[in-house]
Amino acid sequence: MSEQPYEHQSENPSPHDHNDQKTLSQKNAASYWQANLRLLAKLLAIWFALSFGCGILLVDWLDQFTFFGFKLGFWIAQQGAIYVFVALIFIYAWRIQIIERQYGVDDDAEESSV
Amino acid sequence: MSTQLLTYLFVGASFALYIGIAIWSRAGSTKDFYVAGGGVHPVVNGMATAADWMSAASFISMAGIISFMGRDGSVYLLGWTGGYVLLALLLAPYLRKFGRFTVPDFIGERYYSKTARIVAVICLIFVSFTYVAGQMRGVGIVFSRFLEVEVETGVIIGMAVVFMYAVLGGMKGITYTQVAQYCVLIFAYMVPAIFISIMITGNPIPQLGFGSEVADGSGLSVLEKLDGLLSDLGFGNYTEGSKSTIDVFAITAALMFGTAGLPHVLVRFFTVPKVSDARKSAGYALAFIAILYTTAPAVASFARLNLVDTVHNTSYEQAPQWFSNWESTGLVGWQDKNDDGLMQYSAGADNEVTIDRDIMVLANPEIANLPGWVIALVAAGGVAAALSTAAGLLLVISSSVSHDLLKQTLMPAITEKQELLFARIAAAVAVCIAGLFGIYPPAFVAQVVAFAFGLAAASLFPAILLGIFSKRVNKEGAIAGMLLGLVFTFSYIVYFKFVSPELNSAEHWWLGISPEGIGFIGMLLNIGVAFGVSRFYAPPPAEVQNLVDNIRIPSGAAIAQSH
Repeated sequence: MSEQPYEHQSENPSPHDHNDQKTLSQKNAASYWQANLRLLAKLLAIWFALSFGCGILLVDWLDQFTFFGFKLGFWIAQQGAIYVFVALIFIYAWRIQIIERQYGVDDDAEESSV
Repeated sequence: MSTQLLTYLFVGASFALYIGIAIWSRAGSTKDFYVAGGGVHPVVNGMATAADWMSAASFISMAGIISFMGRDGSVYLLGWTGGYVLLALLLAPYLRKFGRFTVPDFIGERYYSKTARIVAVICLIFVSFTYVAGQMRGVGIVFSRFLEVEVETGVIIGMAVVFMYAVLGGMKGITYTQVAQYCVLIFAYMVPAIFISIMITGNPIPQLGFGSEVADGSGLSVLEKLDGLLSDLGFGNYTEGSKSTIDVFAITAALMFGTAGLPHVLVRFFTVPKVSDARKSAGYALAFIAILYTTAPAVASFARLNLVDTVHNTSYEQAPQWFSNWESTGLVGWQDKNDDGLMQYSAGADNEVTIDRDIMVLANPEIANLPGWVIALVAAGGVAAALSTAAGLLLVISSSVSHDLLKQTLMPAITEKQELLFARIAAAVAVCIAGLFGIYPPAFVAQVVAFAFGLAAASLFPAILLGIFSKRVNKEGAIAGMLLGLVFTFSYIVYFKFVSPELNSAEHWWLGISPEGIGFIGMLLNIGVAFGVSRFYAPPPAEVQNLVDNIRIPSGAAIAQSH
């Protein structure tokens, strides 16, 4: 694994370099995780605001507005939220891949079919 | 050709297809059996997940339930789709990176404890068996309604088919049959929905027809007309809720977190090649599910509107054809209480018409005057929905027995070949038990299927979530949390459903939360206790903290997979 990338000791960097690299990759991993948590927080805030917020808590208030022949709150609860859920997953998959590449922790090089 | 014959033909042809796929994709190794070899394309896995997920209840009953609940039916729509966001963002990628075979595998390793693994197996078996019993019953009901065989015969035929491909093919066989089953069920659902939408609104897209004007020249939209008709008959407005906001909130949350914690759905994301595929795959899965889930509420409103329009105050002799067709099954009925020969439908005591919720989907083809082959298609679709879910559930039950109980706990010395044999035996036994539940349904089956979600939300979901996002939660905390969540949720449900059903009403519920929604509170308790108890014991050992660090990083999943 990451501690011992190569089978032959000679191929591994010298202990000094190795340590430096390890701290660097650990730092990258830590900042990647922070960036991931920030992205998750944003997307889950939308998820919550839409489903529990608009679809449940504010549904009666939103129903005063009309949206393509629907009461708005009713439409969000029975249609709109579902479309946004699908979008949220694809947005996450897209954004997180960019972040992964930035920190060098992506899985782009891995076989996509075994 | 008669509809009966066509139905036999369609259902028979779909069975031949599933069995053919099973023979073609036999499992050769435990990796094939548990995770389909780990090389399933994300779109294929998304489709399989959608079929895995959409059960007989989604296909046959959901539109009908919404039809009678109106806006309150949103709890199912939001709950059963919103959970996928949690799954894709919080669980699936990390479980894929972990790269083993089962959900208890993760819990056992992350909490470095055989006890944690066993507790997870118990939660999993409990959740999955309550769920699968309902599926087998669903297969039997579809058979009895469309093919006029006994429910028992239907269950046995269904068992035989699932046996063939789950026992032979394991996850590999199940994956590819589920893809075929998705295609059958979505086609079978959409064809009648599109024609009903055209009939009622003139718009071929049900999601748009749902908000359009009714094509009767009244100038009212579907929902306005429905609100008007229903309130005249003494029902509440269709677009207004009758449940309390806190209960709607809790039920939706329990269904969402439960969906994300269901083992048979989670395990599907172990089958894709890498972490980024797991995320995309969850997106495809929800997109495929959304096709049915956004159509269902439209069908619900069309069917209810059509019902009131064509049945209420109609003389029995002039009842629509579908009404008399389905009367013999007992799903619809009429009793002339005031002897005027007219069928009165209302919310009050003078109501003369009884309607089973399932009729809203089952009778759709006849309501829209569609030919016999569409009815046959709906039968094949219903069977596909029930079988695909049953197979997925049976697989997680059998792999948790052969892998987690036998290989990892009781008999670590067995070879891979023996483990594979045990997995097949466990799948065979599970099929038989599920079939027995289908033939002799314990009185509680119908009531507990929805609670599988509450239990999953209160036990498995928090344990997995905390295992990924916290390094501090240790085995003591996780075990205490899972047990408390499970016991609390289980007791609350059993108390209100079986011990004192007469008290099962809002004024007796704790915080006004119904047994359907209590899993949400169970989940919060689980998380609170897991953190609280963890503080009193040592943090997880260094190698477990390294494991957590490792699963948080996407790269390296394909390499880390060999077991």
